[in-house]
Amino acid sequence: MMRTANFLLACTLAFPVVSVSAADLTPGRYLAGTCASCHGTDGKSVGSVPSLAGQSTDSLLSKIAEFKDGSRPGTIMAQIAKGYTDEQMRQIAEFFASQK
Amino acid sequence: MINENRRGFVRAAGALAGAAISGFPAIARAMGQHNVVVIGGGYGGATAARYVMRWGGPKFRVTLIERNSQFVSCPLSNLILGGSKSLADITRTYNGLRKELVMVNHNEAVAIDPAAQVVKLGNGSSVNYDRLIVSPGVDMQWDQVPGMGGAEAQEKILHAWKAGPQTLALRKQLEAMPDGGVFAITIPLAPYRCPPGPYERACQVAHYFKQAKPTSKVIILDANDKIVSKAGLFEKAFKEDYAGIIEYRPNSKLMEVDVASKTAKLEFEDVTADVLNVIPPQRAADIAKNAGLITTNNKWCEVDWLTMQSKVENAIHVLGDATLAGPMMPKSGHMANQHGKLAAAAIVNLMRGKKPTESPVVMNTCYSFVDAKRVVHVASVHQYSKEKRLVEPVQGAGGLSKEATELEGEYAFSWARNIWADMLGEG
Repeated sequence: MMRTANFLLACTLAFPVVSVSAADLTPGRYLAGTCASCHGTDGKSVGSVPSLAGQSTDSLLSKIAEFKDGSRPGTIMAQIAKGYTDEQMRQIAEFFASQK
Repeated sequence: MINENRRGFVRAAGALAGAAISGFPAIARAMGQHNVVVIGGGYGGATAARYVMRWGGPKFRVTLIERNSQFVSCPLSNLILGGSKSLADITRTYNGLRKELVMVNHNEAVAIDPAAQVVKLGNGSSVNYDRLIVSPGVDMQWDQVPGMGGAEAQEKILHAWKAGPQTLALRKQLEAMPDGGVFAITIPLAPYRCPPGPYERACQVAHYFKQAKPTSKVIILDANDKIVSKAGLFEKAFKEDYAGIIEYRPNSKLMEVDVASKTAKLEFEDVTADVLNVIPPQRAADIAKNAGLITTNNKWCEVDWLTMQSKVENAIHVLGDATLAGPMMPKSGHMANQHGKLAAAAIVNLMRGKKPTESPVVMNTCYSFVDAKRVVHVASVHQYSKEKRLVEPVQGAGGLSKEATELEGEYAFSWARNIWADMLGEG
């Protein structure tokens, strides 16, 4: 038992807990990474571009639809939204909705 | 058996704790660790290092080899020439990556031995890898610009195409230039790093002249037959914002430089400047060249777009400006950041014994400043084509700004804050 405890201690010292969890690398998690360059890692923006983390899937997808049909004013997002398939957008939106 | 194994683990753990984090891959493997090494802490490599840790978790050990002690951004660096930003504004530390347990090793990677899976460093030490990410950027092909071969020439005639001391030195040359002088910039044939960058630079220098040296001129000597990126938007800025200051000359390939007189020798004419800025042809950097990773035109490294794996070395992934780009894919920091995530996802999946995603996506957003505040963008999204085995721009997606605006200027600064945090973490 003592050895096990020492082993665990050694592991803790060598590998302190990473502040981010290594969740399953789902397609949505990877695809959402392509948005992070502008919207922040995991959709948490540190600039004036909006955060996406924590918004509902429906809200995110309806905004994307509005950008695509031109009813939502914007500079760049409509152009980018048209590059992703509906299925990819759903996976991305579900990932951001799951982020707190 | 269980006891035997446990003793082995205890020994390994003790050895590992004693060895700290200096690089014992055999022990790491015994501990079930995946040992990933990254060469180059720019937009591609830093992103890949961070995302392998985030997506891979504690089973992954990531070492980032970067020769510079701090990150200096090429995007926004033209604003230093325009006078609205300082070097400190575009400089970040690697502390955020260290907080997320990336082992940042500030050394020069001098050689790769793909057979032994070892990277040799400038201080004589070496680092083993299971998988290697090479994100070295470009090196300048001065051998293709007669007259510019020596160190003395390169100190006098600057490229400033890697942000840092050269950027400040070029700004000093502009400050020392008398009013009424000529700034000439030469652009190599595409592809080169940052397609809109030279035209943005011309705008920034003209913006500075307009305020401080109003009778001075900017001459753009472009080897290409037209403006390579955002052509209509830059033409508008040249005409409306900088009429009488910027002169654009296409099909003006630099043949030779006379350093003493600061003369750019073209095919049919010579242009003498007070400040001459030569952006030479570029190729994948030396570390990639010497490792045999360059496959195309003696310049670029071909990759498998499902994984960013080198076409010649399975255990090596190449990112960023050094790669043979897909169709319409710019050599940009944003694109390198996207390459970094594609590679990180593939590496995490492969090392976990899973298949990489069958439909990777990368996208580009690039903002250019036409003055200190007004900005224009170009954007594109690139999806994987199974038939062609490469990533292609999606038709009907992407595009340009309608006009230069201050709103997009705000977005450009927001972009910088977010992408720097995305690649480097919170310093």
